[in-house]
Amino acid sequence: MIISGKAVKFSDNVDTDVIIPSKYLVLLDPNELARHAMEGLDPGFYEKARRGVILAAGKNFGCGSSREQAPIALKYAGVKCVIAESFARIFYRNAINIGLPVIECENVSGRIADGDELMVDLENGFVKNLTKNATFQATKLPPFIMQILKDGGLIENLRRRLGVK
Amino acid sequence: MNITEKILAKASNQKTVSPKEIVEANVDAVMVNDLTGPLAVDSFRKIGAKKVWDPSKIAIVLDHLAPASSEKAAELHKILRKFAEEQGIPGLYDVGEGVCHQVMVEKGYVKPGALIVGADSHTCTYGAFGAFSTGIGSTEAAAVFATGKIWLRVPETIRIDVVGLFHSYVTPKDLILHIIGHIGADGAIYKSIEFTGSAVRRMSVEGRMTLCNMVVEMGAKNGIIEPDETAIKYLRLESAEMVKSDPDAHYEKVLEIDVSSLEPQVACPHSVDNVKPVSDVSDVEIDQAFIGSCTNGRIEDLRLAAQILRGKNVKKGVRLLIIPASRMVYLQALREGLIETLMEAGAVVCNPTCGPCLGGHLGLLAEDEVCISSSNRNFIGRMGSVKAKIYLASPATVAASAVTGKITDPRMLEA
Repeated sequence: MIISGKAVKFSDNVDTDVIIPSKYLVLLDPNELARHAMEGLDPGFYEKARRGVILAAGKNFGCGSSREQAPIALKYAGVKCVIAESFARIFYRNAINIGLPVIECENVSGRIADGDELMVDLENGFVKNLTKNATFQATKLPPFIMQILKDGGLIENLRRRLGVK
Repeated sequence: MNITEKILAKASNQKTVSPKEIVEANVDAVMVNDLTGPLAVDSFRKIGAKKVWDPSKIAIVLDHLAPASSEKAAELHKILRKFAEEQGIPGLYDVGEGVCHQVMVEKGYVKPGALIVGADSHTCTYGAFGAFSTGIGSTEAAAVFATGKIWLRVPETIRIDVVGLFHSYVTPKDLILHIIGHIGADGAIYKSIEFTGSAVRRMSVEGRMTLCNMVVEMGAKNGIIEPDETAIKYLRLESAEMVKSDPDAHYEKVLEIDVSSLEPQVACPHSVDNVKPVSDVSDVEIDQAFIGSCTNGRIEDLRLAAQILRGKNVKKGVRLLIIPASRMVYLQALREGLIETLMEAGAVVCNPTCGPCLGGHLGLLAEDEVCISSSNRNFIGRMGSVKAKIYLASPATVAASAVTGKITDPRMLEA
């Protein structure tokens, strides 16, 4: 899977309360959730993300609550992939389970600027910064996680494995 | 193997497991709440499964917005009641039963050696009883509803040996805040934290739950404490699987902490690892004080608060909110006369719920307001306005601060 798009930068420890504030957790429609994505840090994020972007963040992205609404809000807002130096584990699992690609890439934060054109190769585990003409090694996803992403998320993956027509 | 590895090995039908290995484990219990459950129900339907794998192993707790704080919240509750009925799930804990992590323990889902997952990040609390427990998302909970299984990466383990005697009014909350300040918000990502040592052995179950509850604030997968008589007694079990770490178990790192010199700790805005001794922040004026949540809403916490507030008054202009973690805790507090003491001091006592901890309801913050809270997170906007400030502390420090109107060392108030 190859993903391309412009970078939107965030710093370390972006928590799920800023990704999607708890007052919106009563919303069940993913498109409604998306309108409030990142509202805690950047109220203009939704407009920015709609054209399709790649988030590039520092350490511990998605820390805090288990709310799956966090990766859902990002995905439906237009985020195609999240690159971070590390992820909080529940966010990481949730993102994969709902079919939002995530990739760990060491020391990436200082080497990507807001607006840089990026290309992510998930299978081969690298990130290219086309604007700066640089390539960074990332952590390859294990095959079974890659398969969940290829299926489009855990629901589709399970349907296939359980033989649900 | 250490205790976490042993539980994961057994749950995946293997003799041994090692860190970084990925196992498919059988789940002993799964929990969802009113904010994560409806999404799990939706995913369950989309998976196309007709019946849950074992209705007796599923707990549904209506706690985050209980009683319903809005029409939309009422709809969420309705979805869950209907799902429980349709699937024959006996474990639907409706409005008023309490905060999910307290309810899970009180209702018998938590046992030493069990593997428990829950769609709530503080599911790691049950490690206090020697269970492996960790937080997951809604779709993953739906997958567990359907299959009873989950994939887990065997974590590396950090062991923390805690020794020494706590000063009076210094609590396990101060200890865990101190540890988080030391390890950092991302210092234990994907890892297990095992608490050992004489101070942990002497610690009440409530205190152990507070320790394990907050390991997720360092990114940890689970926190765990070897089960002992104290834990078994609290669970009212006649017998239990007393799983213990082997003497030659492997640890990535071993830390030792002596609590004898520990003073009350406060996590300052807007990060749980921004921890300072209370003396460094004792001039900060507060608007609200909150005692409750899955971290510190248990009977021991209310006793401590009542001890400090007995015969005193909450400072004019300050709101003190007290939320017992469960119906059982509330009833116990009533029987002990604690509620009367707290009310007489000027506290507002609300029904068991997560409430203001996550900015759900019952005590949100306005712009520029300051709250000191016994809960677990002080992120931007967590309890209401993105311009509010949250300080995290023990119930003793919160109660003392409510009396003076500024962040206060509870030992100073006593003197």
